Amino acid sequence: MGESREKGMITRRRLLEVTGAAAALAGSDLGSSLTSVAHAQALPPVLPEGTRGEALLETLPGKKPLIKLSYRPPNYETPLSYLETPITPNEAFFVRYHLADIPKVDAKTWRVSLGGDGANSQAQLSLDDLKALPASEIVAVCQCSGNRRGLFQPHVPGVEWGYGAMGCARWKGARLKEVLDRVGLKHEAVEVVFNGAEGPVVDKTPDFIKSIPVWKALEDTTLIAYEMNGAPLPHWNGFPARIVVPGWTGTYWVKHVTSIDAVTKPFDGFWMKSAYRIPLGKFPLVSRFTSQDNASTTPITEMVVNSLITSPVGDATVKLGSSVTVSGLAWDGGYGIRSVELSVDDGRSWTEARLGEDLGRFAFRPWKYSFVPHLRGKYVVRARATNQIGQTQTTQLIANPAGYHHNLIQSLTLNAA
Amino acid sequence: MRVIVIGAMVVLTLAGAGAQERVRLTPGPGVEKVEANCAACHSLDYIQMNSPFLSSTQWEAEVKKMINVMGAPINEADAKTIVEYLSTKYGS
Repeated sequence: MGESREKGMITRRRLLEVTGAAAALAGSDLGSSLTSVAHAQALPPVLPEGTRGEALLETLPGKKPLIKLSYRPPNYETPLSYLETPITPNEAFFVRYHLADIPKVDAKTWRVSLGGDGANSQAQLSLDDLKALPASEIVAVCQCSGNRRGLFQPHVPGVEWGYGAMGCARWKGARLKEVLDRVGLKHEAVEVVFNGAEGPVVDKTPDFIKSIPVWKALEDTTLIAYEMNGAPLPHWNGFPARIVVPGWTGTYWVKHVTSIDAVTKPFDGFWMKSAYRIPLGKFPLVSRFTSQDNASTTPITEMVVNSLITSPVGDATVKLGSSVTVSGLAWDGGYGIRSVELSVDDGRSWTEARLGEDLGRFAFRPWKYSFVPHLRGKYVVRARATNQIGQTQTTQLIANPAGYHHNLIQSLTLNAA
Repeated sequence: MRVIVIGAMVVLTLAGAGAQERVRLTPGPGVEKVEANCAACHSLDYIQMNSPFLSSTQWEAEVKKMINVMGAPINEADAKTIVEYLSTKYGS
């Protein structure tokens, strides 16, 4: 009881802080209303009507104006203009929270506890302890499992994301396996469980706690990161340290991580056993999380191969007889992008686009394609990415109740005049 | 004690919701129950964002999820009012 009261107090204080921050920003309303017209036009037309009305450009402290889907917990997506480069700037990186009690973490007093019944001992690490371990860097896409949920038809309930619940950064931190070496894993350990400082407003709401299989936790690429693009993590992206699971969707990238526990039985919290699950056998995935399987569903794991056209933005008019450049990004679950093909004739013929800088198999891969429209009229443009193991984007959306893994081939219509 | 703490949060939250969160729900019977209950844990833009495509059965399932899974302390009578409001004003 005492604990719940204390939690309530913290929550109230935080709400006041947030309210104050929002009040300080109220003066910028007028300036942002000018850009909001262009912003509204850039929103995907298939989003639910209510989403289109609420998806305003709003500014969280320390962030650029992002597309606000919900204020509390904060869910803000990255506008397309920041996704033209393979590295997404920290101040434009999307924000996704499940629970509304988000404390400001003090780096000096922050500790991450290590233990669990699957570990040989217990330990606590400070930020300095973490930084004393060998540092590892990786460029990796962090994408919300439900990115593009708002494009599902029929619509499914949830945060109705457009294209921008994703970003790519250079993450720097300690390898999780070296952190786990501090306590040692027992042979019987099956999963590693993460909790972060984010908590519920009401005590009965399940805390956001996630697990990954031990084999994934021990991969060289799985980190506990304290830097993002050469700077400390922004508060809204997990300061002072977050889990980074390259290739897997953002749900496992626990922010403001406070505990890491090795366990000998599959973790059975709500966010594992009921949420973030996909129907068994519907998606062509290699990476599996079998300790969490049930008869009909399995946890979401690696991202499906996908691409995004970032320019032109939506349907546009182009000049007859002049070269038009279509550009964008492609990514997958860490096998790497083999090719991106473009079609400008509604999918009848496809030509390979030119791939840009390769920042590694987990990164956004930029691409470009130019063509000259010689005939007046409509050109239906489509982009299709294929990864190094031959997986490609789907031509028919794979329906699933929570609206995950949207990688339907995108299309836009250019009018040559 | 917990009820008192939550009650205080609702008041603070709504003070924030009106101005800073800038969410305006459609007026109608039951809107005050929606504001008093739902806004304790999340901003009310979640409702508009998820509209107008949910049937009344689906809205009822969402409210039940909030009570049974997320632990929202909403009594039966309020839950019924909330489902009716959401189905009427934000349903398909």
